[in-house]
Amino acid sequence: MSDAAYGPAMNRVDTQPEAVPEPDATATSSAPPATRRARAIRTAGLWLAPVMIGLLALLFFFYYRGLQADGNSTVISALDWGDKLLPQTIRIVYIAFWSTVIVILVAVPLGIVLTRPAVRRISPFVLAVANSGQALPAYGLLVIFLGIMGQGRFTVIVALSLYALLPVLRNTMVGLDGVDRSVIEAGRGMGMTKMQALTRIELPLAVPIVIAGVRTALTLNIGMATLAFLIGGGGLGITIQTGLKLNQDPILIVGAWLVALVALSFDWLGAVAERVLKPRGL
Amino acid sequence: MTTEQQSPGQQAREPKIRLDKVGKTYPGTKVAAVEELSLDIHEGEILVLVGPSGCGKSTTLRLINRMIEPSGGRILLDGEDVTKVNPDKLRRRIGYVIQQIGLFPHQTIAQNIETVPRMLGWDKQKAKARSEELLGMVGLDPERYRDSYPKALSGGQAQRVGVARALGADPDIMLMDEPFGAIDPITRERLQNEFLRLQGELRKTIVFVTHDIDEAIKMGDKIAILGERSTIRQIDTPERILAYPVDDFVDDFIGTGSTIKGLNFLKVSSLALTDYPTLEPGGTAEAGRAALQDTGREWLVQLDENRTPVRWIHADGLDSADHERGEPVGDLLHSQDTLFHALELMVQSASGETCVVDDAGAFVGVVRMADLAKAIRRAQYEARMHYEQMERQS
Repeated sequence: MSDAAYGPAMNRVDTQPEAVPEPDATATSSAPPATRRARAIRTAGLWLAPVMIGLLALLFFFYYRGLQADGNSTVISALDWGDKLLPQTIRIVYIAFWSTVIVILVAVPLGIVLTRPAVRRISPFVLAVANSGQALPAYGLLVIFLGIMGQGRFTVIVALSLYALLPVLRNTMVGLDGVDRSVIEAGRGMGMTKMQALTRIELPLAVPIVIAGVRTALTLNIGMATLAFLIGGGGLGITIQTGLKLNQDPILIVGAWLVALVALSFDWLGAVAERVLKPRGL
Repeated sequence: MTTEQQSPGQQAREPKIRLDKVGKTYPGTKVAAVEELSLDIHEGEILVLVGPSGCGKSTTLRLINRMIEPSGGRILLDGEDVTKVNPDKLRRRIGYVIQQIGLFPHQTIAQNIETVPRMLGWDKQKAKARSEELLGMVGLDPERYRDSYPKALSGGQAQRVGVARALGADPDIMLMDEPFGAIDPITRERLQNEFLRLQGELRKTIVFVTHDIDEAIKMGDKIAILGERSTIRQIDTPERILAYPVDDFVDDFIGTGSTIKGLNFLKVSSLALTDYPTLEPGGTAEAGRAALQDTGREWLVQLDENRTPVRWIHADGLDSADHERGEPVGDLLHSQDTLFHALELMVQSASGETCVVDDAGAFVGVVRMADLAKAIRRAQYEARMHYEQMERQS
């Protein structure tokens, strides 16, 4: 053993040359190949998805034009663009959008509060309630709210907000809990207030997981918005239902196709948001 | 047994940090995590808190910046009672380095370092200049690292940034909780050395926690050896603790080899060197034998034209005509070298002794094992006298 391990302060200070890179300095500067490949695939997916969606939309356009050329009057009137399809599409987007906004406005602050040490003890109960919201069949939830609030799109929005609360709430809590304690400790130790530690460290670091939850909620909500017609909320569900009732497959297909296009577009937007809002450096 | 004391010169000036009967008992427990602890830390010194795992040394450290609120006692910084001031504002005045480093992964390295300056309201330009200065100070090229993110750093580099960040707003006081504990031994040693060099310039008041007695000996101007519930078993300079452990607990904790470790604190210059027979270049066997007879030794030192020792020659080998007679002397000691270094050379030397040269490389004398033993006994005697005198005073 060299004497350096035990040397006292005064004769140790000048024994090492400065600015020699540590032996492991270069090893960590680039990510391992597997991670890099996964990232490349995700990036490609981000660009490929809109192309695929555009392709599907184009196919839809030709199919729709073909139906009109066929001249089946039942089909044409059920699939009127300006009167039926466009407003119905807007309606489900409207329902999904606002229910998701409400989910974010409720679940994220709730998740923040429930991860604070003072109220941590009650978080299992709140999670249980949120869980039961999702455990209920969606249809049942809509009917319950129909009984409470009557018909209409606002009833749907409220019901869907409860239904999709869980993924965002859970992800917010998991995301905040997952922040490395030592990072918070370092921040607090440097004199950050609890609020500063929350807004400057915990929330930015939890963002990717919270957004993943929001994406799940958004997808759930678009699917569920199709059921809005059941309690008078309108939407593309009407067209699908019409197709089923009249036993006209083209009507059914057009309705379902549009729902799929909306769902895919929104999921893509979610993916883009995930990418853009993720803090650099993670 | 507690042995809190200062030398007369230090008693006059006010301690930078004073813990006055500070303790911590967690609610719902009967046994204190930290028993009432009084401790003075003087400006510009590194006090190392060292003790076995679970003795409460980290808790003690975190009481100082009130990451853990003390349940009793007072903390004074520069004589100012900070036990009741806003803890967040207090912490901005105190640098804090932890073993896990805790860099903010979503901020660039410059942003990390500028955390406290920005919280204190420094303008952008000033904060930026400061972070660049600090990066240079801890041996990282600002151009290269300023805008990269912590994930690009190795463990050692990350802790350099951790230290730079703690120095951000140039606090007088630094608290360091096993800062080099999670770093590989080679890098750790380099960081320790660089940190000591930096401390030589900055003269911060530092409280440093470690469980590693060797690190404590190396880093500490003073060491407090803590027992259970953070009671001070001995607090003193490393040399005195090594020379005179006050009880079995301390003795066990500093472990075997403490005497040899103590040699690190003694210089060759403190020894009376033994005169030794030498042989000038071209000196005959007869001249050598005469020199050996005068001193009654078995080995003599062959010098070259500059009077630099080159070989050990044994009495039996004097007659050999071989130019390469005897054994090479190996590395030479200088007066500022430690006795630990002397010991290391000695055990490698053919004669069991080591040559000391002056700055010009000319032979001055040799160090023998007996000299080391004498030096150690003297250090132990002085430490014992110090403690006996203290006991008489109290």
